[in-house]
Amino acid sequence: MNLITISGPPSSGKTAVIIKTAETLMKRGVKIGAVKFDCLHTDDDVAYEKAGIPIKKGLSGQLCPDHYFVSNIEAVLEWGLKEGFDLLVSESAGLCNRCSPYVKEIKAVCVIDNLSGINTPKKIGPMLRMADIVVITKGDIVSQAEREVFAARVHAVNPTAIVMNINGLTGQGAYELSTMFIDSEQHVKTLKGKKLRFSMPSALCSYCLGETRIGESYQLGNVRKMNLEENSNA
Amino acid sequence: MHSKEQLLLKSPLELLEKYPYLEAFFTNQAVNMMADESMTLKQIMIQMDESGAEDTAFDATHFLDQLHDFIGQMQEFSGVNSQVVEVLTILPGTDKSGQPEGFVELNFKKSTITSIVGPTGSGKSRLLADIEWVAQADTPTSRTILVNNTKPSTDWRYASGKKLVAQLSQNMNFVMDLTVREFLELHAGSRMIANASIIVDKIIDAANDLAGEKFKADTPITSLSGGQSRALMIADTAMLSSSPVVLIDEIENAGIDRKKALEILTGEEKIVLMATHDPILALMADQRIVIKNGGIHKVLQTSEAEKSMLIKLEEADRRIQQLRTKLRSGESIVDDFFP
Repeated sequence: MNLITISGPPSSGKTAVIIKTAETLMKRGVKIGAVKFDCLHTDDDVAYEKAGIPIKKGLSGQLCPDHYFVSNIEAVLEWGLKEGFDLLVSESAGLCNRCSPYVKEIKAVCVIDNLSGINTPKKIGPMLRMADIVVITKGDIVSQAEREVFAARVHAVNPTAIVMNINGLTGQGAYELSTMFIDSEQHVKTLKGKKLRFSMPSALCSYCLGETRIGESYQLGNVRKMNLEENSNA
Repeated sequence: MHSKEQLLLKSPLELLEKYPYLEAFFTNQAVNMMADESMTLKQIMIQMDESGAEDTAFDATHFLDQLHDFIGQMQEFSGVNSQVVEVLTILPGTDKSGQPEGFVELNFKKSTITSIVGPTGSGKSRLLADIEWVAQADTPTSRTILVNNTKPSTDWRYASGKKLVAQLSQNMNFVMDLTVREFLELHAGSRMIANASIIVDKIIDAANDLAGEKFKADTPITSLSGGQSRALMIADTAMLSSSPVVLIDEIENAGIDRKKALEILTGEEKIVLMATHDPILALMADQRIVIKNGGIHKVLQTSEAEKSMLIKLEEADRRIQQLRTKLRSGESIVDDFFP
């Protein structure tokens, strides 16, 4: 079975890109399953079901979605193997921009859209910088110049990635993307022992554990203070 | 070009002097590379302790790999840029039913216009995707695309600054909060063009020549009218886009001088493809392709009879424009349209 991890900011078009790409693969007889990781709510499982793709969804609730992802991906992989998929797609929303959902040796795709602003590529951390493929969506509604500038910014942040423009509505480019989803040499049987491409954002303070009161005495654990004296951005 | 080890011994400033385009790369790092100009890359990396690297999500090895790749690509990019696409060729595949397409070899030469006709959903997007992906009999249509009569390098597929097709359509809008001049300078900057101000002025002049109403360089791009936006997009794509092929999708009612727009594009040596059902636009093309059931059904050269028909159509169009002007200024219309 092939495994692929796809992530990107909320509403960038991840689900649309995955479904369009999956449709071209299913036409060629590839058996696909998907898992959607989100934080509070998702209706995307309905979209997957409608497209005929078996889907599992996981909501991280009050936990960091990245940590939730990495503690569950192994079990999801086992589900995929049991179902006998040729390809398992994991979709997760990058919520804090410091998200780091990729695993070494597992193909990683970042979906980002032209409307998010030209400074967005710089703001997104490992999710964009460590991706193998960067898919840019919503190119059909902005000018050619803006598409070129945006792609150049993505390139400056991640020069090694393959950058593709995909239209999530018409599916233009989805067939081309699909050719990079399947690697007949890849047989992922377990993720045990594999490593993340980059460490996940840490979160271990009293507020992670449900504290709601404000004040120094309630702040325990990994707490950091802003430096209001200095005028630097360090 | 420097090896990775050599790069480590240089300071970011030294590197910038040698490779000016690194400015884009450095400014897009979360880490301030210019904090201390005397430090080499190696020192910067050592200085950044573990927690600092964690905060900014900085991975030193990964950074060095990407820096090395970026320089390599940019050097190649600037060299490849000079290679002009003289001709793009499509070798036939099949339509949706698996029937072979109705042509032997289809050529698009630079500075020529090809119109594309056929009902919605007949396969225009697929054709465009095939060209964009420089298909090598590996897409659903099994078409093959050649560049300058040879099998193209895979760079056209994978390299990010190198895309074959630029697109212009009615649905596209400007979304950035910038003035016309700032916007064009930004675009020129992303293409690493040296004398940006010269080309920026040229584009503004050309766009004003196309648009009905003139605009100034300090107008915000989002407040341009539909016609002005289209005019600016066309002039910008003609002069600043790196893509040799321009696809124009239904600019029938764009409120611009369409003939001049096409002249600007062909004047900049673009290969122009134009999806349209407007007879005037379709006949302005040198050839037209008819798409049916997902395949290219036939290829027609614009005949002499069609060309003389075009002159009449243009005359009729001019007269309709006059009627429009009269109505706008409050005059009554006299029935002398069909003498």
